[in-house]
Amino acid sequence: MSNNFVGTAEQDKAFDEVLKELESVPGPLMKALQKAQEIYGYLPIEVQTRIADKFDVPLEEIYGIATFYSQFNLNPKGKYTIGICLGTACYVKGSGDVLNKFKEKLGIDAGQTTPDRKFTLDATRCIGCCGLAPVLTVNEEVYGKVTVDDVDKILAKYND
Amino acid sequence: MKTLQELQEIRERMKTCLCNREIGGVFAEADVRAHILVCGGTGCTSGNSKKIAEEIKAALIETGLDKEVKLIMTGCFGLCAKGPIVVVYPDGSFYQHVKPEDAREIVFEHIKGGKPVERLLHSEKDADGAHKAINETSFYKSQKRVVLRNCGLIDPENIDEYLARDGYKAYEKVLTAMSQLEVIDEIKRSGLRGRGGGGFPTGTKWEFAHNSVSDTKYVVCNADEGDPGAFMDRSVLEGDPHSVIEAMMIAGYAIGAEKGYIYVRAEYPIAVHRLEVAIGQAREYGILGDNAMGLGKKFDIELRLGAGAFVCGEETALLQSTEGKRGEPRQRPPFPAVKGLFGQPTLINNVETYGNITQIILNGAEWFASMGTEKSKGTKVFALGGKINNTGLVEIPMGTTLRTIIEEIGGGVPHGKKFKAAQTGGPSGGCIPASLIDTKIDYDNLIAIGSMMGSGGLIVMDEDNCMVDIAKFFLEFTVDESCGKCTPCRIGNKRLYEMLDKVTKGTAEMEDLDKMEELCYYIKENSLCGLGQTAPNPVLSTLRYFRDEYVAHVRDKKCPAGVCKALVSYKIVEEKCIGCGLCKRNCPVNAISGEIKQKHTIDPAKCIKCGACIARCPKGAIEK
Repeated sequence: MSNNFVGTAEQDKAFDEVLKELESVPGPLMKALQKAQEIYGYLPIEVQTRIADKFDVPLEEIYGIATFYSQFNLNPKGKYTIGICLGTACYVKGSGDVLNKFKEKLGIDAGQTTPDRKFTLDATRCIGCCGLAPVLTVNEEVYGKVTVDDVDKILAKYND
Repeated sequence: MKTLQELQEIRERMKTCLCNREIGGVFAEADVRAHILVCGGTGCTSGNSKKIAEEIKAALIETGLDKEVKLIMTGCFGLCAKGPIVVVYPDGSFYQHVKPEDAREIVFEHIKGGKPVERLLHSEKDADGAHKAINETSFYKSQKRVVLRNCGLIDPENIDEYLARDGYKAYEKVLTAMSQLEVIDEIKRSGLRGRGGGGFPTGTKWEFAHNSVSDTKYVVCNADEGDPGAFMDRSVLEGDPHSVIEAMMIAGYAIGAEKGYIYVRAEYPIAVHRLEVAIGQAREYGILGDNAMGLGKKFDIELRLGAGAFVCGEETALLQSTEGKRGEPRQRPPFPAVKGLFGQPTLINNVETYGNITQIILNGAEWFASMGTEKSKGTKVFALGGKINNTGLVEIPMGTTLRTIIEEIGGGVPHGKKFKAAQTGGPSGGCIPASLIDTKIDYDNLIAIGSMMGSGGLIVMDEDNCMVDIAKFFLEFTVDESCGKCTPCRIGNKRLYEMLDKVTKGTAEMEDLDKMEELCYYIKENSLCGLGQTAPNPVLSTLRYFRDEYVAHVRDKKCPAGVCKALVSYKIVEEKCIGCGLCKRNCPVNAISGEIKQKHTIDPAKCIKCGACIARCPKGAIEK
């Protein structure tokens, strides 16, 4: 968990506007968290506190929502997020082996970020392009029909 | 704001344009010579179809044909395995695996030169040796597209094209010619059942919501499609978003609601975008708003995005999440029709269910009920995946056999392998063994054989898949996604998973199998919501049809499919080994020894069972 998180002036301004817009929306808490993550990249406790204060709900309720859903991040992510699909179609075609290869190469487990904050490794649910199975994504880029042998090549592309 | 008259004028005008996308149809636009359709579904977009469209556009401008040729980005065509897909009308040329660098060739050779690009055409040919047009291929021939009628045909971001397909005519019909009860009666008589998995009669659900008395009611669309391997709803939203909006408006009229929510998973960015565009266009035309289509009723729709929780597909959890809370299910009754979103009566249906509504209203309940079986009417969309040649989206009349889906439409199992089982219903469903391949697919037949319709994922497995491993895979998913509210699901499934893990590691006893079965029934009977109540189904159905595989793991300490690593040992068959040394060089842990041109051997103590040697051996001499 981050200590003394401070957002930039633009981030705070953008988020103020979001909170204002949500004043008239029924059931605004998830929308607030989604927008906050868009703006700040993740959900430091300071940002959660602001949402709690704004809508006058206990912080634990906000924290409860933030930890319930897998897409909310309480910690910052790496520059590149590698998402390996473990949906059924990909799994039966060997995506588990691909994930293991990435774990071995990066020295981290699924859900973790490398110490240099370059790569985050995620095991994802079906991303819906089963025709390309096994599939993985690096940020927005999609790689299809991936084999264990492709792992080095893919990592090399992000060697900047 | 458009008047009914103006909407009708758009329909007439656009119909002339759309009839150009009928094979053999007369090209009705005098100054247009072709329509090029590029698939903009998620699968093809991942294959870079946006870039293909850009390149085609550039080539059209270069040849000066950009005024005479229409370029349209559509929703999913369905045959994802062959994507990215490009279709050219009026001849219906069906291009597959198109790359951006092929774009120029299509424009120069086909559009300008009049000769289709042979090497990119779908390989199926007719008796005369000509390549088949898209609708003649075996993948499409046996399908009946009701829900998918507009997918891969219209531009989902252009409301005028939807209007041309009789869009918003069904809403006009119910507002001008039908009472609320007549609408509900029409849906009831059609026999439509919920397509989200449960199969509850849709008309009855509407009636319940209608009968609840309240000033405020809501219509909700469940677009939180979370089953691994399922992408039916996503494709409908991406390919034909207006059909869902119109159906929700009709539902709003029938039950007396003025506001609708679409809860869509955030993992579907293209679907979210197209919904936003569609809602915006519908508002601009005055179709959504305070006086919808000028017919005197108010209706508007708001999108709510999920944030990655499978349990939110369960209706009470979905309503909690729509309210911005933790998506935990609650006890029913009260049912949402009585007490739902923000405590008000709420009608909640799935995307595909809504996808049928306008067609039932326009064509009548009898037309719809003429398709399907006695108790399952209409069609069902399936997402075909796994070990099948034609991975993709198919829509078939209820009652079609599994054999037709797999062998005819799906093109069979790749690499000449043997079909072993099909899994329907995702983590809530079960496996159908090869011996039941002639089962007619409908709600009741699937339940009778221990599976369920589910939302429509259909995963094909071959002889290389271990059924214990598959059951374990699904259970791991459910354990991960259990919200933790009720004990049978939270702890029961975890214990069940641990027992399965023991089976795959060869440390289970025979009596564990009986214990597992007992635990399965306990979880089913005592869990709070659909997630827990169905979670043991993959285990129960594999125990029922593939018990011998479980027994092999437990008693013989063997995994017949060679999947469970702890139970597999690799060995080189001496007679087949030619001593080429490829396996030795590729073994990551130096577990293989032997001189060139001599027989090689594997040291089981060192072997990590990675399979690298099997993949490299030119003689297939390595067995497990």
